[in-house]
Amino acid sequence: MKIEIRGARLVEPAANREANASLFIAEGHVAAWGQAPDGFKADEVVDAHGLVACPGLVDLSARLREPGFEYKATLESEMRAAVAGGVTSLACPPDTDPPLDEPGLVEMLKRRAASLHQARVLPLGTLTVGLKGERLAEMAELTEAGCVGFFQANAPLADLSVLLQAMRYAATFGFTVWLRPQDAALARGGVAHDGEVATRLGLAPIPAIAETVAIRSIVELMAATGARVHLARLSCAASVALVAEAKAKGLPLTCDVGVHHLHLCDRDIGEFDAQANFIPPLRDPGDRDALRRALAEGVIDAVCSDHTPVDEDEKLVPFAEAAPGATGLELLLPLVLRWASESRIGLAAALGAATFRPAKILGTRAGTLEPGAVADICLFDPKTPWVVSPLALASQGKNTPFMGFELTGRVARTLVGGRTVYTA
Amino acid sequence: MNASLQLDAQGRLRHLLSTEGLPAAMIRHILDTADQFVSVNEREVKKVPLLRGKAIFNVFFENSTRTRTTFEIAAKRLSADVINLNIGASSTSKGETLLDTVYNLQAMDADMFVVRHAQSGAPHLIARHVKPGIAVINAGDGRHAHPTQGLLDMYTIRHYKKDFSGLTVAIVGDVLHSRVARSQIHALKTLGVPELRVVGPRTLIPTDVERMGVRVFTDMAAGIKDCDVVIMLRLQNERMNGALLPSAGEFYKNYGLNAEKLAKAKPDAIVMHPGPMNRGVEIDSSVADGRQSVILPQVTFGIAVRMAVMSILAGQVAEAGA
Repeated sequence: MKIEIRGARLVEPAANREANASLFIAEGHVAAWGQAPDGFKADEVVDAHGLVACPGLVDLSARLREPGFEYKATLESEMRAAVAGGVTSLACPPDTDPPLDEPGLVEMLKRRAASLHQARVLPLGTLTVGLKGERLAEMAELTEAGCVGFFQANAPLADLSVLLQAMRYAATFGFTVWLRPQDAALARGGVAHDGEVATRLGLAPIPAIAETVAIRSIVELMAATGARVHLARLSCAASVALVAEAKAKGLPLTCDVGVHHLHLCDRDIGEFDAQANFIPPLRDPGDRDALRRALAEGVIDAVCSDHTPVDEDEKLVPFAEAAPGATGLELLLPLVLRWASESRIGLAAALGAATFRPAKILGTRAGTLEPGAVADICLFDPKTPWVVSPLALASQGKNTPFMGFELTGRVARTLVGGRTVYTA
Repeated sequence: MNASLQLDAQGRLRHLLSTEGLPAAMIRHILDTADQFVSVNEREVKKVPLLRGKAIFNVFFENSTRTRTTFEIAAKRLSADVINLNIGASSTSKGETLLDTVYNLQAMDADMFVVRHAQSGAPHLIARHVKPGIAVINAGDGRHAHPTQGLLDMYTIRHYKKDFSGLTVAIVGDVLHSRVARSQIHALKTLGVPELRVVGPRTLIPTDVERMGVRVFTDMAAGIKDCDVVIMLRLQNERMNGALLPSAGEFYKNYGLNAEKLAKAKPDAIVMHPGPMNRGVEIDSSVADGRQSVILPQVTFGIAVRMAVMSILAGQVAEAGA
C-alpha cells in the first residue's frame, strides 16, 4: 500500500522543521518528503490542502477505563476518541479495577486494544500490588507482558521505605518509575489548591508543599538508587524549579503536565464547578503561567491529556465528592495549539511537546515523520474553529470544563502504521 | 461571584446562597425588611399571613436542631407550611444521590428549600437544578457560608452601631473551619467596614485570607484593641486537642475572651457569638452574660432576618428601591 499525502504543511517537530511538501508513505512507513522515491506509484492520494500533517500525538496518560469501569467508558469508545484526537500512541495508567498488576491483565488489554486496530497502547503497570503501596509488583514479568513503566497512579505511597525499595528494584532492570508527586499526609482530605479560592469557598486545601516535599524526597531517593523517574502531572511553580535543579545535577528525571493545567487555575472553580475538580488540583494563575513557560523551555518534557472520562452523575454532586478529571483525548491537540498561539510558540515546537518528547519518555520510536519512521500521522485543520459539545466528542466521557468553548485544531484524518484509522 | 445563581437578571434575589456577591443595597433591603418583622415578633399575635399556603422544606443533611428551629419559627410566623427533614446520612447510605433526594422533595410541591449540608457548595448544586420558581436558602454548607447568620449579625451590628463606615470589627477564633466567619467577612466588606480583623493562631487562620480584605492578628490583645465589635467563633470539640491546637485550656488562655482582654476594645464595644457557646473555651461567662454581650439579641433578630429572607424570596416584599 502506497499513499501520497498531497498539499499539506508537513511539520517535523523533532527537527523543528516545516515544509509545504508531499509526504510519501510505503508499507506503513514514511518513504520520503517532497520528491517521490524512484518507482513510487501511489495507491491512494490524500488531498490535504489546508491541513497540517504532523506525527500522531503521543499521550502519556489516557484512562481507557477497562477493566472495571465500563460504565464510565469502554475500550471501544476511548480508542475511537484517541484517533479522533489525532493520538496514535498512548500510555494508560494502571488504575483500573483490578489494577494492572498482573501480566495476564496487561496481555488481555494489549490484545483487546490491538484487535481494534487503532492507536498503539502502551500500558503502565502498577508499582505496587493492587496500588496498595506495600508489595512490589512483578515489574520484570509485567515488562515482558508489555508494560513500559511502573506507576503508583493517584494512590498514596505513604511508606518511603517501600518507595526506596521500588526504586532500587526498578533500577536493577533499568525500568522507569512513574510517580505523581504528592505527600499523602499533607494532601489528606484536600480537594482544591490551598489559596484564596479554597479559603473563600471553604474547600479543604491541598497545599503546594504536598507536591514539593514529595519531589524533594523522590530526588533524594533517585540520587541514592540511580533509578530513572518520571514525574507525572506537575502542578506548581515551585515544582518546576525543583525539577530544573535535579536535571541540572544530571539525574535521570523527566516530567509532564496535564494539558488542562496549562489553561486553567483555581479561579476556574467559579461557583463550585465540579468540572474544575482535578488531580492534582488547579493551582493559582502564577503556577499555571510557570507550567506554560516550563513546557516551552523544556524543563517540563511533555504535555498529556490525562484523559479521565467519568460518568455524568459523578460530577452532579458537591465539588468535594465529584470524581476528578476531564475527558481529554480529543482536546489535547486544540489545547496544545491554544497554548502555542497564546504563548507565541511555533507549530513545530509546540507539537514537539506532544509527539517526540513524550515518545522519548516512553522509549518508543513514534512521534516523528522522518523518512523511515512508522507512518503514524495526524492530519488536522489548524484554522477552522469548532465548538466542544457532547456530540462532537467520541469519548464516552463528556466531562470537560471546555464544554461550549470554541477551539481550533480539528483532526481530519489519522493514520497508524500507514493505515487510515480515522476520518472526520 | 454568585451573581448568576442567587440573583436574577434584574438583580432580584432568587436564592440566598452566600453573602458574597450580595450588593449592599440588597443587604440593606433585607435588614430593613427584618426591621418590620422585629416589631411583629414583639406583638401579642406573632403571625403574619405573607407565606400562607407556601410549603417550606427544611432539608438538613447535617443535623442542627437550633438552626433548623429558627428557620421553622420564622416560616411559621409567616404562616407557611413547614416540613422538616433530617436526612443525615440515611438517604445517601441507601445510595440515593443528593439531587435525587431534591427531585423527590420537589415533586411534593415545595416552594422553598432550606438546606444544610456538610459539603461546601451543596446548596449551589441544588439551586442549579431545582425548577424555576423554587428558592434555595443556604442554612450552612461545609466551611463555606452561612448567609442568614451573617445577615443577622449585620442586623445586630446595625442595631447597636447604626453605621458601618467607621467601625473596627474583630472576628476571633477558628476562622479556618468557620462558614459564619466567611459570611460575616463578605457582608462587612460590602457594607463598608474599614477595619476588619481576624484573630487566631496560625493553625486556625486559612491561607490567603488577607485577600478577602481582612487583617490577620495572632495576638489577641492587639487584635481586639479599639474594636467596636468583637465576634467570637465557636471552637468545635473535635478541634480542641490535636494537631491544630494542643488543648482547650491553652486556647482559652491565648484567645478566650475575658473581661481583661475585652477592656482593650472600645468601652462601648459589643460582643457577639453565633452560638452555641463553649463557656470557658472561647468566652468567659462574665463576658457572655455581661453588659456588652448582645448574644441573645442576635438570636431574637435571627428570626426576623430569616422571615425577611423568606418573604423576599417568595416575592412578598417590594423590591429594594421600589
